[in-house]
Amino acid sequence: MIRVQALSKNFNNFQAVDQVSFEVQRGEVLGFLGPNGAGKSTTMKMLTCFIPPSSGTADICGFSILDNPLQVRAQIGYLPESAPSYDEMLVGEFLRFVGEIRGYSGKELQRRVSVVIEMTALGDVKDQMIETLSKGFRQRTSLAQALIHDPPVLILDEPTDGLDPNQKHEVRSLIKDMSEERTILISTHILEEVESVCTRAMIISAGKVVGYGTPDELMSQSLYRNSVTVSVNAADPTQLLKDFNELDFIYSVERVPEKRDGVITMRLYPQKKESIALQVEKYIFAQNMPIENFNVDRGRLDEVFRELTTTDQQ
Amino acid sequence: MNGFYPIFKRELLAYFRSPVAYVFIIIFLAANAGCTFFLGNFYNSQQASLEIFFLFHPWLYLFLIPAVGMRLWAEERRTGTGELLLTFPVRLTTTVFAKFFAAWLFIGISLLLTFPMILTVNFLGSPDNGPIVTGYLGSFLMAGSYLAIASFTSALTKNQVISFILSVNICLVLVLLGWGVLSESLNAIFPVWISDFVSQFSFTTHFDAIRRGVVDLRDLIYFVSIIVIMLMLNVVVLESHKAS
Repeated sequence: MIRVQALSKNFNNFQAVDQVSFEVQRGEVLGFLGPNGAGKSTTMKMLTCFIPPSSGTADICGFSILDNPLQVRAQIGYLPESAPSYDEMLVGEFLRFVGEIRGYSGKELQRRVSVVIEMTALGDVKDQMIETLSKGFRQRTSLAQALIHDPPVLILDEPTDGLDPNQKHEVRSLIKDMSEERTILISTHILEEVESVCTRAMIISAGKVVGYGTPDELMSQSLYRNSVTVSVNAADPTQLLKDFNELDFIYSVERVPEKRDGVITMRLYPQKKESIALQVEKYIFAQNMPIENFNVDRGRLDEVFRELTTTDQQ
Repeated sequence: MNGFYPIFKRELLAYFRSPVAYVFIIIFLAANAGCTFFLGNFYNSQQASLEIFFLFHPWLYLFLIPAVGMRLWAEERRTGTGELLLTFPVRLTTTVFAKFFAAWLFIGISLLLTFPMILTVNFLGSPDNGPIVTGYLGSFLMAGSYLAIASFTSALTKNQVISFILSVNICLVLVLLGWGVLSESLNAIFPVWISDFVSQFSFTTHFDAIRRGVVDLRDLIYFVSIIVIMLMLNVVVLESHKAS
């Protein structure tokens, strides 16, 4: 498990990471979100003992990054940003090299290499030179490398970067499958990824933590939380909007552009972001209006993300 | 020393995976032969010894060894593999030495490939093979010192060209300190012990003794300590890069 306490890093006068604290337990996947340059990678580099923090500390499975960097690294499987690997090596050879560094040899080494090749579906390219691989295979080779010692902690810097949608899906399922036994920290700027794989997310901007919680908690901060988007057949849009606006459980009504003839689409915002789906539904049935679409918004992570990361910077 | 062998092996194989290795070996052999036979007038010297062959090594190494060493760390930084390498559970000192020894062995192999020189002198005459053996030993040690300097400068920058130029200059100074012309001009102004003292820091001074067949412990210590000091500096530079 990962415990980070007031971790900071400054490069000359630039504060890259500012008093970041968080914890990740076994079985959790923490998604690290933030605009480029927010300090995600820098934090990961400190956790893997690649760079020392300017102040603060962290411990990984009980080992301090300041006092026991070698034990810390032994616990971690790390996928650095942009998945660096030795171009002139063959995939299988590279994985054996990493396995040897991690202290395996003989049959055990062979077994571990086969296991990670299987897990990351690299079988077809294991005798190919890394230089000749596509971005997706490179990324997976790098991921395989991080898994070879079956580490209790995984730190993955943009693990799905450069993958096509199918490969993204595979990598996400792989992360989900592994998460039960492990502590996983991933960074990403793909928001759907957070919803699909992370149990918790942290938004960081200009080195500071600006949002922290489960994806649902974060989404509850959205303006769109529990808003209802409904399309109905109606003749008089102005009157309709007015009627809805007068309902006491509705805070405001917004008309959404609509291409279909005779269909009016509105977004209804609730008072205090409470759930209004049932009341809206009852009202529409009572009016006997035919419904074309009915959609309840859980909140939008991209909007929360934008809100938190742009207001903070000013 | 956990992790030494895999890193060493990978690094050594990497040389032979790239055409650079073969180009280097060919240039190394050609330059050696060129210097010995043309610049050094090997045949006219009428001597069955490798003195002339070894005479040029400090000058040849000035350009050839930095060419091998410049990529050691600069390349790792440029491609980002350094981040992978330095987050393995391996001590930084181990990694620095492993990479150094791989490159040194590669140079050693190139040096061994000059063996036709030994055959030539033994065919042409009956040389004293003692100085030939010590000459090779000294040359290999000296190459290690050049390489340690190149490894150090390679850690300073991700630009291989800058790394090359820096190490050529440092090595040049260490060669020139023992250069006869410099000693004579120093002797003209200062007492003799000054030029003796200055030349003690030079590659050439220590190499000259070994290649003449005199293996003095002090000369060996000189080369080994240059290697160790430069590699420790190499470690310090890598540590400080991480901090800033």
